[in-house]
Amino acid sequence: MRRQLPLAICFVMGVSMVVQFFIPHRVSQEFYRTILDWYRIVFAFSLVLGTGTLIKVHWAKISKKSKGWQYSIITIGGLVFMLAVGFITGIQEGTLFMKIFEYVEVPLEATMFSLLAFYIASAAYRAFRARTVEATLLLIAAVVLMLGRIPFGYYLWHKIPGIAEWILTNPNMAAKRGIVIGVGLGMISTALKIILGIERSYIGGGK
Amino acid sequence: MSIVDRLKTIDRRIIFVAISLAVIIPLLFPIGLPIMVSPPAQGLYDAIEELKPGSKVLLSFDYDPSTMPEVYPMNLGVVRHCFSKNIKLVGMGLWPTGVLLGQEAFELLAEEYGKTYGEDYINLGFKAGGIVVISAMAENIPETFPEDYAGTSIEEFPIMKGVKNFDSFGLAVCFSAGDPGVREWVMIAHSRYGKKVGAGITAVMAPAYYPYLQAGQLVGLLGGMKGAAEYETLLKYKGTGSAGMDAQSIAHSLIIVFIIFGNVIYFIARRKERKKV
Amino acid sequence: MGQEWFSLDRLNVLIGVVVYTALLLYFIYQAKKGKELFVRKIAGLEAVDEAIGRATEMGKPILYIPGLSTISDVATLASLNILSKVAKKAAQYETRLIVPCTDPIVMPVCQEVVKAACLDGGRPDVYREEDIYYITYSQFGYVAAVDGIMVREKPATNFFLGMFWAESLILAETGASTGAIQIAGTDAISQLPFFITACDYTLIGEELYAASAYLSREPLSLGSLKGQDWTKLIIGGLVLTGVILSTFGLRFFANYFTTG
Repeated sequence: MRRQLPLAICFVMGVSMVVQFFIPHRVSQEFYRTILDWYRIVFAFSLVLGTGTLIKVHWAKISKKSKGWQYSIITIGGLVFMLAVGFITGIQEGTLFMKIFEYVEVPLEATMFSLLAFYIASAAYRAFRARTVEATLLLIAAVVLMLGRIPFGYYLWHKIPGIAEWILTNPNMAAKRGIVIGVGLGMISTALKIILGIERSYIGGGK
Repeated sequence: MSIVDRLKTIDRRIIFVAISLAVIIPLLFPIGLPIMVSPPAQGLYDAIEELKPGSKVLLSFDYDPSTMPEVYPMNLGVVRHCFSKNIKLVGMGLWPTGVLLGQEAFELLAEEYGKTYGEDYINLGFKAGGIVVISAMAENIPETFPEDYAGTSIEEFPIMKGVKNFDSFGLAVCFSAGDPGVREWVMIAHSRYGKKVGAGITAVMAPAYYPYLQAGQLVGLLGGMKGAAEYETLLKYKGTGSAGMDAQSIAHSLIIVFIIFGNVIYFIARRKERKKV
Repeated sequence: MGQEWFSLDRLNVLIGVVVYTALLLYFIYQAKKGKELFVRKIAGLEAVDEAIGRATEMGKPILYIPGLSTISDVATLASLNILSKVAKKAAQYETRLIVPCTDPIVMPVCQEVVKAACLDGGRPDVYREEDIYYITYSQFGYVAAVDGIMVREKPATNFFLGMFWAESLILAETGASTGAIQIAGTDAISQLPFFITACDYTLIGEELYAASAYLSREPLSLGSLKGQDWTKLIIGGLVLTGVILSTFGLRFFANYFTTG
C-alpha cells in the first residue's frame, strides 16, 4: 500500500495533465491553475522543511565542533538576522531588508556570476587542445566566434562577424535541433515510464 | 620539472590575474572601439521605431541581480528608446527580483525624460506561475494583475485604461536570464496570440534562441553585453554596455591568446614525448 | 477558446503522442517477453562504477548535485533515477554520499531515494540523513555553498546530473581544481560545452534520460530506449520529406506540424 498509493496518484495525475493539455475548456484551465496553486502551497511548506534541515545540519556541526563549524555560525546567524530584519522593518522599498538585499545580496550574487569569466579562461587554457581533427574544428569555431562577438574581430577581418553569425545559425543550430529532438523524446519516454510506474526510483524504488 | 611541464600546469591564479587586468584596465581607461550593429539588434530597434507615439509596449523583467551587469543595460536601452519616442510602458516580472531592477530602470529614466508613473509607465509587479501567468494575461490583464507592484489598484492609473489583453500592446519585450522567460513568451504571446515579441538575454543563452529569431518568432534579440552595446550604438549614446565592450574585447582576445599558447605548449610537450619513445 | 472540449489545432500533437506511446509500449512489451535489446556503450555511464570505486579507494566522499531545477522538471526526475543507482553502489562500498539541494521539494525526495537505495543495497546502516540537505533557493548562493563543500571536503567524485544554468562551469571548474573525477549530464544545451570542457565525462541531452535504463539494465526500461530510437527514425524521415517538399515550394506538409 505504501508504494501502490503514490503510484496510483502519479498515474491519475499524469494522465489528467496530458488530457488537460488538449482541452481548452475553462474547466480544464481552472483545473490546471488549481494544480499550480497546490504546487505553490506544497512548495511553501517544503521551504519550512528545507530550512529546518539546514538549521539541523549546521546546528549539529556547531555542537560537534566539526571541521569548519565557524562557517555554520555565520549561516545560522545570517538566517536569523534576515528573518528578524524582515519581520521588524518589513520588505518594502527603502527598508533595511531591501537595503541589505540591494547592497549585500546583489553584489554577492554578481560576484559569483562574474567568476564565470575567470573560469572560462582557465578551462579554455586547460582543455582546448587540438588533439584530433574534430577538436581542432571546435577550437577554430570557438576562436572565430569569440572574435566575431567583439569589435576587434571586425578590424582583424571584416568578414569575421558574418562567419561567426553563420556558425551560430547553421552548424550550431543543426546540432542543437538534433539534440533537442532527442531530449524531447527522452523526456516523454521518462514521463511515460513514471506515469506507468515502470520507473519508480523517485519514490524510493521497490516493487 | 621542465619549463614546458610547468607551463602545462600553470597556476590558475596567474590566468585569473591576467583576466582581471584585461577587464579592469579598459573599464578605467576606455579605448572606445567602434561597435557594429548586428541584424538581431537592428530588428528590435526597428520594431520599436515602427510603433506610433502613445502606443504601449509590455516589458517583462525576468532576470535577477546576478545577471544584472549583462541584462540591465539592455533594459535601460529599451526603456530609453521607448521614452524618447513617447511610447507608454507596462512592466511586470516572472522573476521576483527582476521587478525591482525593472523599477530601478524606470525611475532612473523617467526623471531624465520627464515621465510620470501611472501615466507614461507602470510596474505591475511579480506574479508566480511562469507560463500560466502569460496565458492568464492573454485572457485578461486586469484580472491577472489587479494591483501594481506597490499594491495600488490598477484602476487608479490612466495608463491602464482600456488595457484588456495583449491586443492593447504593439510589442512585448522580455529581458531574461533563464526560465521562465523568452521561451514562455514566444510560446504563448507569439505562437498562440500572434503578438510581436523581442528579447534581451545573457550571452550564454543567446545561441539557444537563434532558432526563434530565424523562424520569425522573435522580432529582435539582444545577446549579452554585445547586444546592449549595439542597442546603445543605435540610440547614439554610450552606456555601460558600450563601456563593457572594450573590456570584453580585450578579455576575449586574451582568452584566444591563452588557447593558442596552451596549444603551442601542448604540441611541444607531445613532440618531446614522441622523441623519448 | 474557453468553451471547446478539444483543441483542434493540437490534433497533430495528439497523433504524435499516440504514435510515440504505442511504439514505446510495443517495445516495452517485446522486452518483457525476453527479447534481447542492444544498447550502445555510453562512456560516461560506463565510468560510474569506476568513479564510485575511486572514491572508496581514496576514502573520500562522493558529491551528487541533482541539478538546480524543481521536481516537476523531467531532468530532475531522470537525475533522481540515477541517484538511486549511485546511492546503492555507494552504500555497498560504504562510501559517504553528499547531496546538497537547492529545491526544498527535491530534498526530501532525494532523502527517500538514497534511504531506499541503501536498504536495497543491503546497507541501511550507512544512510546518513544529514548528508542530504537543503542549502538555499538562490542560484549563486547555492553555487557558493557547493564550491565550499568541494574545497573543504575534497570529494573524490562529483556527479552533476540534471538541469543546470549559468552555474555549470563554476561548479565543474571548482571540481576540476580539487582533482575530482567528474561526470556531468544535462539537457540544457547551452551548458553542455562547459561540462564537456571541464568534466571527465558528459552525458549529452537524451543520454541523461537513458542513464537509468542503461545502469539498471531492466528490460522494461531498455524497451523504451528502443522505442525512442524508432521514433527518431520516423522524425528523421518526416524532416527529410518536409525539407524536400518545402524546397520545391510545397509548404502544406510543414504546416501540418505547426501547433496552437
